[in-house]
Amino acid sequence: MSQGQPLLDIQDIHTYYGNIHALKGLSLVVNEGEIVTLIGSNGAGKSTMLKTVSGVLKSREGRISFAGTRIDNLAPHKIVRIGISQVPEGRKIFSHLTITENLEMGAFVRNDTSRIRTDNEGVFDLFPRLKDRQQQIAGTLSGGEQQMLAIARALMARPRLLLLDEPSMGLAPLLVEAIFDTIIRINREGTTTLLVEQNALMAFQIATRGYVIQTGRIVLEDRTENLSENEMVQNLYLGVDME
Amino acid sequence: MSYLLNPEVIINQIINGLTIGGIYALMALGYTLVYGILFMINFAHGEIFMFGSFGGFAALTYFVNSGFADAHPGFSIIIAFLVAMIISSVLGALLERIAYRPLRNAPRLAPLISAIGASIFLQNVMMLIIKARMQVYPDIIPEKFIEIGGVSISYFQIFIILGSIFLMVGLYLFIQKTKTGKAMRAVAEDREAASLMGIDVNRIILTTFVIGSALAGAAGVMVGIYYTQINHMMGFIPGIKAFTAAVLGGIGNVAGAMLGGFFLGLAEAFGVLFMPAEYKDVIAFGLLVLVLIFRPRGILGEVVSERT
Repeated sequence: MSQGQPLLDIQDIHTYYGNIHALKGLSLVVNEGEIVTLIGSNGAGKSTMLKTVSGVLKSREGRISFAGTRIDNLAPHKIVRIGISQVPEGRKIFSHLTITENLEMGAFVRNDTSRIRTDNEGVFDLFPRLKDRQQQIAGTLSGGEQQMLAIARALMARPRLLLLDEPSMGLAPLLVEAIFDTIIRINREGTTTLLVEQNALMAFQIATRGYVIQTGRIVLEDRTENLSENEMVQNLYLGVDME
Repeated sequence: MSYLLNPEVIINQIINGLTIGGIYALMALGYTLVYGILFMINFAHGEIFMFGSFGGFAALTYFVNSGFADAHPGFSIIIAFLVAMIISSVLGALLERIAYRPLRNAPRLAPLISAIGASIFLQNVMMLIIKARMQVYPDIIPEKFIEIGGVSISYFQIFIILGSIFLMVGLYLFIQKTKTGKAMRAVAEDREAASLMGIDVNRIILTTFVIGSALAGAAGVMVGIYYTQINHMMGFIPGIKAFTAAVLGGIGNVAGAMLGGFFLGLAEAFGVLFMPAEYKDVIAFGLLVLVLIFRPRGILGEVVSERT
């Protein structure tokens, strides 16, 4: 995997949520092969940024490029087709559909039936708990299992870039650890990852570089080991008491 | 009232109820499919049905006049159904693009008013085409009866009951088994999440209108064959009754629409045993009022959450 080539290149985007100026000139780069994390508190604009990359929200200014081509004017379904999948905030699995059907929807953009089957086995390998419940209605799964399904579903599109929106939210620490281990594994198998988190402690353990977002702007950008040492980050996001 | 205990009367009314119920069910599916995905009532659905009926009428009339129907009656009927379903589908697709899509993010009242406007517009278009005269469906299925015991079932009824069940089974398999059908369910549940799967949400919504309209078109031909007389206002009452059936079954629920259609048909068939036939419509709308008061989510409907 050639690390270093920019895969996702966000330059100076401005996105509005209704009348709210949510992203105020945000720039961020994810290189091929990396795990990059974006941390920030509630309402800082983390999800807005991911929605803008996925095309659900449109930026009014700036540009987003993926593997060298501009994507900020594309519809969401076309962005999935060129290789970006998102695990949305709150999982958003299809709760009336079975696990198998959810995974089929994840592979909606693909037609290579035999490789879809192989990948299906692959995600069951990552999340064995889903394999035993293939015909179960997804709405009856526990929170952790739903998060697994949401990640598995996104992987079924065979993305080059995986966007994860707070995968640790609402999960017990042990489950969070299991999910993050899986994210590392997915990354090692060649999927570049952008991880949006409030849980900076966990995110710094698996990401190589990190960005800090506050009210729609990137205020800090560094390697994660340096960010962990940063006083402001420690105060605000790592819960370190500085008395 | 002793005739009420007569099993022949009861069986006859069951057959009558299933016939008209199958037609209601086919139309109710159109309301429920669109509501399931857009949370709007397509009040021009009755006119889509009416245009389908006229499409079938035009095709059948042509076949009868050209003598083709004498040689190939079955084939003529199949083509008439296809013509009706295609005309209704195209009309449904046009309505979605012109009357509803531009209002997708408007307040919910706006597409409703647009739908009522489209309905009146389409009635008037057909009125001008047929110069407001009643049209008579050519009789192509022989009006014969099968007698079993004292019960007589007409060929029409067998044809309509089997035809409507055939279409409903087809629809059910489509929604459950095909990739597009599953995508329809995914879009109905969460439009944004569906788009993040790479599903073209606009295309799925258009497909939903096309399918619902095609079923209404088929129902239009069935009504034409069954009642023989059609006019430009024919969509209004069946439209509202099918809407009632959809609400009865639980709006947004596909199996509920089928159930609601047959339930309403049977309720009407048995209701006329107790009251003058002119009061038939009272049964349907009385049921609507009762359902809305006591079980607004319908027979199979879920508790309506605070979805916006």
